[in-house]
Amino acid sequence: MPRQDPKVRGKNFKEVALGYTDEMAVREANRCIQCPKRACVEGCPVYIDIPAFILAIREGNIEEAVTILKSKNALPGICGRVCPQETQCEIVCSLAKKGAPIAIGRLERYVADWELKHGSNPGSSSSLLPSSGKRVAVIGSGPAGLTCAADLAKLGHEVTIFEALHVAGGVLTYGIPEFRLPKNIVQNEVDYVKSLGVEIRLDSVIGKLATVDELLEGGYDAVFLGTGAGLPMFLGILGENLNGIYSANEFLTRVNLMKAYLFPEYDTPIKVGRRVAVIGGGNVAMDAARCALRLGAEEVYIVYRRSRIEMPARREEVENAEEEGIIFKLLTNPKQFIGNDQGWVTAMECYEMELGEPDASGRRRPIIKPGSEFIIGVDVVVVALGTTPNPLVPSTTKGLEIAKAGTVVADEETGKTTKDRVWAGGDVVTGAATVISAMGAGKRAAASIDAFLRS
Amino acid sequence: MYKILANEPLVPNIHLIKIEAPAIARKALPGQFAVVRVDEFGERIPLTLADWDGEEGTITVLIMQVGTSTQKLAALNAGDHILNLAGPLGLPSHLDKFGTVVCAGGCYGVGAILPVARALKGLGNKVICIIEARIKNLLYWQEKLQQVSDELIVTTGDGSSGYKGWAYDPLKEMLEKGGKIDRVFAHGCTFMMMLTSEATKPFGVKTLVALNSIMVDGTGMCGCCRVSVGGKTKFTCVDGPEFDGHEVDWELLAARRTIYLEEEIRSLTHWECQRWYKPIVKVVEV
Repeated sequence: MPRQDPKVRGKNFKEVALGYTDEMAVREANRCIQCPKRACVEGCPVYIDIPAFILAIREGNIEEAVTILKSKNALPGICGRVCPQETQCEIVCSLAKKGAPIAIGRLERYVADWELKHGSNPGSSSSLLPSSGKRVAVIGSGPAGLTCAADLAKLGHEVTIFEALHVAGGVLTYGIPEFRLPKNIVQNEVDYVKSLGVEIRLDSVIGKLATVDELLEGGYDAVFLGTGAGLPMFLGILGENLNGIYSANEFLTRVNLMKAYLFPEYDTPIKVGRRVAVIGGGNVAMDAARCALRLGAEEVYIVYRRSRIEMPARREEVENAEEEGIIFKLLTNPKQFIGNDQGWVTAMECYEMELGEPDASGRRRPIIKPGSEFIIGVDVVVVALGTTPNPLVPSTTKGLEIAKAGTVVADEETGKTTKDRVWAGGDVVTGAATVISAMGAGKRAAASIDAFLRS
Repeated sequence: MYKILANEPLVPNIHLIKIEAPAIARKALPGQFAVVRVDEFGERIPLTLADWDGEEGTITVLIMQVGTSTQKLAALNAGDHILNLAGPLGLPSHLDKFGTVVCAGGCYGVGAILPVARALKGLGNKVICIIEARIKNLLYWQEKLQQVSDELIVTTGDGSSGYKGWAYDPLKEMLEKGGKIDRVFAHGCTFMMMLTSEATKPFGVKTLVALNSIMVDGTGMCGCCRVSVGGKTKFTCVDGPEFDGHEVDWELLAARRTIYLEEEIRSLTHWECQRWYKPIVKVVEV
């Protein structure tokens, strides 16, 4: 798939991957052997009929491909861009063993972009079931909430989404940068969900403005919690509160949600930094590092305590970052941050690490090399160690069982929580995971809520 | 969109802004704040709720014109709208029947102590309000505070009205004379809250301060507002804004409040240029 040149894209926030042309899409679709195994469908967390939509592309019937995709996935433009297809549908593709699997994600994106270009396919009222007269409150407008709301609306229920921030989309809006997931794509998919009759109430912080119990007493028949994992983790080491040290959530929120990359046209500022260190090895770390580069930093480091193969980030994103000139400091872990007398970070003392026996995650455990301390000069640091669920809703909801990690306990198949008429799904249940797994959870919960409302 | 019902300049640079927000007004409690985003380009800024009326469906905030967002707010008229308003956020003040309570307020914090004082009075405390201003012309809301307190002490830096000095001066005097004070609440700038906390510390009088860290979302998501209290990192937006003033690392708070000084000046200059330019364009169009 064509991409912007690394030298050029390192200086702009426009989308990196440019998408297939019509010819490229048909050529790729033609490679699909339409095998009877259909392993790709099983590999997809929302069971998209992948062979069918690829066949439609091959036959030049893109509108049909749109319909097939949207019958299972309300957000194809997003999934085509950010799903880890290489570990889901593509890894089990029959062609994977014979070389390259079908680029399912890229084809999905092609279909979604075609729809955007050729006029959207609003949720026509004919595809909705007659009104059930039941009302559902969905808390959070991220991938889990949007998917759950869309499915429930199609099934004829009246759905209201409560979103704490001033824009819908959750992590799709505040977390994933424009150059990887353009915000007009997110907005388009949000508009599609609205076209199904879903009401989205912004600026509504549930747990504060109203509790889940108040929603249940106030006329909602069921509640779905899709509040995500929004609480940033810090290292807990000396100097971490110095000026210039950000959580990845703050750094990315300033850039993506508040558009600090357009400062001063937009009012929210961000420190650009000359030498930026991003701590962590996941997709969020890659996003933060690549944002720092685009903001104008001279050198950007990824500081990760294990080696490259243990990095949780998608290989594609690691390669993109590397091409753009991000410097990887692997087997390195910060010991403390050093600041000046004005309270600004100036350097980071790090340990060299080595790998020992595998730990609970199955990856080899990083161990400090004694006496290996060294100093890296930095003026901005982004801590991207992961996130845990925001306690605002769990802590104000009686009868909801919370696991040790702060996650809400919910049935894996149905999303049912320990509280009557309350379901949950996505990162708030699993801890930080992927967009598509959250969508899968939203879908399963919608089915369970529908069954409950009709019983 | 949230409608502005009133914008009254109280004293130079400080405005009272009343906003239509029935859902927030129904739930608000003393010590809580709301996050405001004025327009499409705006920052998210926290503003302490100075008053609210659940029946009327309104909230009132006091703003001090300092940066771009507060300048934008001050420039709005009744009937105009702000784009986003989320609240009520933060934990409410920890109020109870303590006995004798001092509520100290400075700058925009004079507004913020009104609901705290009113609730404390309602709980049966003896409430002493102490407000400070640099000069007499910067004092406001004396009558309102009088109504909710047993005693109101006014201080001015230059002595042009009331006690010459700052809010912590009469407080310290009371404590030195052996006066029994069971709790102190302080709302104001960082320096004022720090000095008030320092004044009460030797006497062991618990002093609660409402911290004013920089925030983005205001819901615990970003950690921008982190402060150190009793050696532990806390988020002002969800763990506060009220903390024990004797435990706060004031130096860290003061440093973190200066992170964007340069950018704040740049942003303000940009906004002012835009504002001067816009009316001219309008005239040409007519």
